[in-house]
Formats: sequence, C-alpha cells, structure tokens
Amino acid sequence: MNNIWGFSISGARVIDYDRNDHRPAEGLSAEVPSSRLCIGCGGCTATCTAGAMTDFNIRKLQMLVKRGENKEAREQLHRCMLCGKCLLVCPRGVDTRRMILALYRLTAQPSL
Amino acid sequence: MKLEGKQQIWKDYQKEIADDRYYYARSCIRQTFFPGSEWAYLDILGNKLGKTVLDDPRHTTCTGIGYHSDVVPVETIMTVVARHFALMTEAGFENMTPSCITSFGIYTEILHTWEQHPELEEQTRDFLWKATRREFQKPKNLAHTSDVIYKFRHEIAARKRYSLTDIHTGRPLQVVDHIGCHYAKMFPSKGIGGAEFPAVLSGMVTAWGGEAVDYPERRHCCGFGFRNYLVLANRGFSVANSKKKFESMQPYEPDFIITNCPGCAMFLDKWQYTISELEGTTYGKNGYGIPVLTYEEAAALVLGYDPWDIGLQMHQVSVEPLLDKMGIDYDPAKKYQGKDGKELGRPACPTYLKI
Repeated sequence: MNNIWGFSISGARVIDYDRNDHRPAEGLSAEVPSSRLCIGCGGCTATCTAGAMTDFNIRKLQMLVKRGENKEAREQLHRCMLCGKCLLVCPRGVDTRRMILALYRLTAQPSL
Repeated sequence: MKLEGKQQIWKDYQKEIADDRYYYARSCIRQTFFPGSEWAYLDILGNKLGKTVLDDPRHTTCTGIGYHSDVVPVETIMTVVARHFALMTEAGFENMTPSCITSFGIYTEILHTWEQHPELEEQTRDFLWKATRREFQKPKNLAHTSDVIYKFRHEIAARKRYSLTDIHTGRPLQVVDHIGCHYAKMFPSKGIGGAEFPAVLSGMVTAWGGEAVDYPERRHCCGFGFRNYLVLANRGFSVANSKKKFESMQPYEPDFIITNCPGCAMFLDKWQYTISELEGTTYGKNGYGIPVLTYEEAAALVLGYDPWDIGLQMHQVSVEPLLDKMGIDYDPAKKYQGKDGKELGRPACPTYLKI
C-alpha cells in the first residue's frame, strides 16, 4: 500500500454484530447451559480475587462473548485463578469456573 | 384521518423558499474543487428558469471554516455575516441563498442567536457601523441553494433531456444521498425533512427518474468537520467516517452519490482515492469508485449540459460509467481540454482506483 499522507485510517469502534463470530457464544451456551441464566448482577466480579488485583471482570467477560468480541475475551481469560469464589455467590447458579475453562478452549481457535 | 395526520406532521418538515430574486453567497470550497457546480446553478436559475440571482463579487467568505476550527471568535463571524446582509440590503434583495451548507448553518445560527439575544444583534450592528459604515436588514427568506433546486425540481424535470435511468436496462439509477450536517442537524426545522427524514436530495432524485436508497449510515457525518480534518493527527478518524459510509452504501451498488455540502462532496470524492491507496479498497464496480455529484451537477446532466462544461473532469472518481448508463453524449478527447482547446493537464493515475 502507498501511504504518502502521514496518517492511517482509524479502526472502527463499533460492535458489528453481523460480522462478529458468534461460535464461541453458541459453544458456551451448549457446553455450559447455566451460562444462559446470567442476569449480569456482577456478584461474581465483586467477589473475584483476581479482579481485586487486575482489571479482570467476569461480568464483562460474559458480555464480550455474547457480543462476539472474542479477541478481547481471550485476552482476559488468563487472569482468572480458578479459585471458584464466584461460584459460591452467583444467585443464578451459573457454573462460572466451567464457563472459564470452556472459553479457554472455545476462543483458542486461531480463526477468531 | 390518518393521512391527514401524516400530512399535518410532514408540514412541520417543510420550509418556505422564496420564488425569485435571490442574493447568492458563494462557497469557499466549492469554487476550488467543483467550480462548475456554482456556474451550473447560476446558469440553470438565470437562463433556464428565468430567475433573478445576484452573484455579488463583493461577497467574501463567511469565515465558517475558521469559526468551526476555533480560530474565529463568534463576534467576528457575526460582523462578517452582518456585512453580507448589508451587501444584500444595498443591492435591493431580501432572499439570501448560500451555496455552502456551513454558511447556511452559520446564517441560521446567527439569526437564531439574534432572535434569542437582541443585545448581540445591536452589538453586531454597532461593530459593523464602526468598521464599514454599513447598515443591514435581516433576510426575509433564507434558503440553501439545494432548497431552491428542490423547489424547482419539477420544472427541471419538465425540461430534462436525460433521465436518471439506465438506458440499457430501463431501471431507475440507484442513488445514495448525503446531506451536510450543518443543513438540518443543528436546526431541523430549517431543512426539508429535518434531520430525520432528509428529503431535499432524494426529492430531486425521484423527480428526475432515479431511485433514492435509504442506506443504513445515510445520516452519518462524512467526517469533514473542519477541526477534525485540519489537524493532521485527526485525519485517520476523519477518513474512517467516510469509510463507514462507503461500506454502508456499497451493498446497494449505488450508481452515484449526490451531496449538497461542499466539504462532503470533496471528501466523498477524494477519500475514495485515499482509501484505495491506503487499503487497496474501491467501492464501485470493476475497480472504479462511486461517482459523486453535487445536486447542481446532477441537475445540469439531466438538463443536457456537456459534462466537461460543468467541470466533471475535476472529480477524482471517474464519472464516465455513470454518463454511459444515462446515455449522455460526451467527447472523451475533450475531457481535459479547456474552453480554448488548451490542455488542462491530466491527473496521475492512482494505483488501485480506475479512472
């Protein structure tokens, strides 16, 4: 390409539902059906040990996967210490630890 | 009953446009990039429709570019605009018709400001008197020149030589419009259709035989925005807006883009070249871009003006595929020839965009 202008085109910040890959979200729904029960209350995030030390946020993780923003979701995952405290506080009984482990696998595909 | 209700609502989206005797205010940008547009407007109004238009050589920039770039204070721009009104008053005209969307927005904004704050009008009158010994009447009617062409769209259609249809297939041309933000987004009641139902350009398109496409990002800004563009570091954001629009309109395979804003016409035309060089992407068919026309250029083509007389050779995106579809007779050899037959010079060929 031929850039003679001294600037490049800024990437769009829109969330494009039509183009984003929804396979991880569909896979998560199939593998961990309880993830569908999440009401986004944030109890998991409030009690999260990793979240106290980093910007890891399980509620945000759920949202990212549902929107198909898989790259950002994958970058978050390694911060989880799998302590399972989130499991204890979830009012909807979402199997959050299993959700994290499933997402490791589901977002690992290089095409995402 | 429902229809009456809708008609009643639509009335709120209409505006009064004077019939004749227009004081014309030229645009800074259009005279540079699309010089044929303003000539075509004056010729159509004066010679085809028999209207009186004063093209006043004493008229200057409204300084809107400086105002929207935070370098011209509001008191200064109000005084410059007051001088324009004074020139109009001295010439015996009452209907102001700016060619630039931003000038239209500026005049509207200033008249509204004076309505809300009469003390600022008094102050401006004082500034103008001290600076130039001039006095002014406010215009009785303020309309953008695209409003005027919209008003006479059926009269133009009655005189048309070509239609906005593909002569090979008989289908109406698919046209995407782009209306400058300063036309109706600041004061929706001052634009035809307001900011939600932009009708000023689509009304022309349908009257001349085309089909207007309501593409998803139709109301999105082209990214010009003066301050956005003037700073080099911001241009990546600026061009991203145009790119968003192109991506939104491309699936509808538009035959051309019609605009009523000087900056938008320039951006939507020139950025297609820039994007093609930066990313290798073109948005028309077979490596061409999507031609961009101003509403006067579209009107002039419909009326049978020679494409090179109205300055279509000044466009970055080649207009020939559109001319061929409409069956317009043109001489390719004369594209880069001036009136006296002298060569105007040719553009360097882009790497990806076919011209």
